[in-house]
Amino acid sequence: MAFLDRTARSLLLGELVAGMALTLRYFFKPKATINYPYEKGPISPRFKGEHALRRYPNGEERCIACKLCEAICPAQAITIEAEPRADGSRRTTRYDIDMTKCIYCGLCEEACPVDAIVEGPNFEFATETREELMYDKEKLLTNGDRWETEIAKRLELDAAYR
Amino acid sequence: MGGFFSTVAGQIILTFLEALALIVPLLIAVAYLTYAERKVLAAVQLRKGPNVVGVFGLMQPFADALKMIFKETVIPAGSNRVLFILAPMITFGLAVLAWAVIPVNNGWAIADINVGILYLFAISSLGVYGIIIAGWASNSKYAFLGALRSAAQMVSYEVSIGFVMVSVLLCVGSLNLNDIVLAQRNVWFCVPLFPMFIVFFISALAETNRAPFDLPEGESEIVAGFFVEYSAMAFALFFLGEYANMILMSALTTILFLGGWLSPLPFAPFTWLPGPIWFIIKILICLFVFLWVRATFPRYRYDQLMRLGWKVFLPLSLGWLVLTAAVLMATGWLPHAA
Repeated sequence: MAFLDRTARSLLLGELVAGMALTLRYFFKPKATINYPYEKGPISPRFKGEHALRRYPNGEERCIACKLCEAICPAQAITIEAEPRADGSRRTTRYDIDMTKCIYCGLCEEACPVDAIVEGPNFEFATETREELMYDKEKLLTNGDRWETEIAKRLELDAAYR
Repeated sequence: MGGFFSTVAGQIILTFLEALALIVPLLIAVAYLTYAERKVLAAVQLRKGPNVVGVFGLMQPFADALKMIFKETVIPAGSNRVLFILAPMITFGLAVLAWAVIPVNNGWAIADINVGILYLFAISSLGVYGIIIAGWASNSKYAFLGALRSAAQMVSYEVSIGFVMVSVLLCVGSLNLNDIVLAQRNVWFCVPLFPMFIVFFISALAETNRAPFDLPEGESEIVAGFFVEYSAMAFALFFLGEYANMILMSALTTILFLGGWLSPLPFAPFTWLPGPIWFIIKILICLFVFLWVRATFPRYRYDQLMRLGWKVFLPLSLGWLVLTAAVLMATGWLPHAA
């Protein structure tokens, strides 16, 4: 009897039809795809993207060349040279990040006592040549100016958890 | 006009034009079937599918075709060059050749021959040669395994397809595809022969090497099966052949079981649409089921495939054939009974 039952069930294709009904339901469901270059997914305030060097609101650069980021960087991607400026304040003369070495761990950001080096929300900085990924101070400061609004917002949102 | 087309040269030109009128829409249909497949699979998997090239991605098949044309045809060092090049041509040629006898409307077949169904059966059996030659000529383990699988599979399922066809032929009393459709004026054969319809459709999936019977390709086991070594246009020909075969099998299902170009009901609102439109609609429905099945079921294991073919479909179709014959004899519905 069990044999007949099993045979009848498999001949009537019950399971196959149930499976096809399921896929048909999914066929008509709204799609989950994000139309990437035109639509983007949400990004956490802690997202670790492209680096930026920030400035104070008066335009003075934040970095004081303490070299903590250079020291903590596990990939040794950061190179800093510094000397006192004409007005006597200590500033970097060179602040390079090798983006091909960087592992985006965010330790530089954690180490910075003045919130100067940060990892911003930008992840679309692919380049055509390798050389373009050797960021210098000028590039990092430009990034900071370009992304300041977003970076400030992110720091504010994440401040509660730090 | 009429005078010229009744001469030999006129007949040749006329046949050529007819073939052109069939093959060009067929190739466009094949191109858009690849697009439809990607869209259907995407929709079932909650994706959008190609939507960048042209409106709704409608130019995608042409972009793919261009890519294929401009790629390099790599011929492996250990391969048999002649057969290696010949195999995709055979596959594609046969897929197109079979269309000669398909009636799109009453009498609209390029070759309205009286053994149409035998011709189709012969051509689809020859299809296995393209695959075997490809697998052997590639001189690659994966290709060879794929070809062996394909040969065994196509041979197994052709048997039950044959019996299904015979039970249809018993009800028709003719091997002419046109007559087969006309015999369904009162009731489509998918109603009285419903189990055979299902068996035929599933066998058609196996015959065209489509999921869930796509073991000859079996990406996860033997890379791409019999066409691993193929690239560029040679690969494209296999691809086109497979899809043309899908359309052919859908057309055959339509002719044998779904009443060909006949409208679902033989009165006013349904008869407004001309026959070829009905034919195309039915083919499209069949093709959608092809894609739908692919989106639903995982691939069969090889022994399961063989078990299904030989131990389920063969007895089932054979039994149903005897039953059909018995019913036809007992009720005296046998066509052309002496």
